[in-house]
Amino acid sequence: MGIIKRLGLNFTWLKRIFKKKRARIGIYGPPNAGKTTLANRILRDWTGDAMGSVSNVPHETRRARRREGVTINSNGSAVTLDIIDTPGLATKIDFHDFMAFGMNEEESKRRAKEATEGVIEAVKWLDELDGIILVMDATEDPYTQVNVTVIGNMEARKLPLLIAANKIDLPNSSPARIHSAFPQHPLVPISALEGQNIDLLYREIAEHFG
Amino acid sequence: MKGIQLDLISEDKLDGMTSMEKVRLILDEVRNGKILVLEKGLTPSEQNKLIELTMTEIAPDDFSGIEIESYPVKQNDNFLNKLFGKNTLKTRLTVIGPAAQLKTIKKDRDLISALVSTP
Ligand SMILES: Nc1nc2c(ncn2[C@@H]2O[C@H](COP(=O)(O)OP(=O)(O)OP(=O)(O)O)[C@@H](O)[C@H]2O)c(=O)[nH]1
Ligand SMILES: [Mg+2]
Repeated sequence: MGIIKRLGLNFTWLKRIFKKKRARIGIYGPPNAGKTTLANRILRDWTGDAMGSVSNVPHETRRARRREGVTINSNGSAVTLDIIDTPGLATKIDFHDFMAFGMNEEESKRRAKEATEGVIEAVKWLDELDGIILVMDATEDPYTQVNVTVIGNMEARKLPLLIAANKIDLPNSSPARIHSAFPQHPLVPISALEGQNIDLLYREIAEHFG
Repeated sequence: MKGIQLDLISEDKLDGMTSMEKVRLILDEVRNGKILVLEKGLTPSEQNKLIELTMTEIAPDDFSGIEIESYPVKQNDNFLNKLFGKNTLKTRLTVIGPAAQLKTIKKDRDLISALVSTP
């Protein structure tokens, strides 16, 4: 089974080489997992600029953003990627949740509407990618439909997926729980906010998406 | 008797439907307040369609989306399927309901525990 899967991976990799196309890597996950925080850190480290705004209010990112030609060096090898920061995926969006953060009703309804469009955009981007970094909040239950759907999509397409178990700076985080939920995929425990293990993440990125 | 309708949909019925028919059926039933249990879940691409369609139907004070829970897709270990490059992913039991009425309490590898409330 491993062989077939690996063959599938290698074919997409070969195709990529022959087309001389940069790998497109999507950063996916539920709202608030820390996708944009991670994207900003990657861009700051390798390009000097930033991807987008970060907030503790969910659905801060409501349009996918692409940064082309990000070169990451790790252990003497370099990979150049297009990185897409996507809106958080969800199956439900209730404008009342935004009002709880102090937004007025009109603002909350607009945010909810834009958030639904953002989710659709993120789903559509799945067809355009060569790999995914799936960001999960390691303080939360990993067995969610969003995670199951993203992983299922990548497995069906035989595309590489790297799990970033984020927020390990928080005391109640448990990357081990995520690993036991999805043991078949490589996982790096990180803090996108404080930078813990980011070098390890770059090494895995170079290995899996290079 | 008042209560919430629970529909358990068999694998055979699901197999006889196209992806769009499945997704449409699920959303129509859930919007009518039903909780659905699918014997065999949705493929990843059907899950995508369901999420997209759900998003287009969300409206303030009317519909805030769905709660959906399933077990992670399994690799199908059938040797012939793999040899001939057939889809080796096996979808599994899935529960779907209106987000306003169905709330997942706990979920792990072997157990989905949910709370159902009346509208
Ligand atoms: N403690 C801690 N907080 C983090 C970490 N990464 C992100 N956060 C916080 O989590 C919140 C959400 O971060 P974002 O980067 O906006 O999350 P996102 O996944 O892009 O969210 P959406 O765009 O809404 O989908 C913010 O308050 C961040 O400061 C981390 O490693 N540790
Ligand atoms: Mg974001």
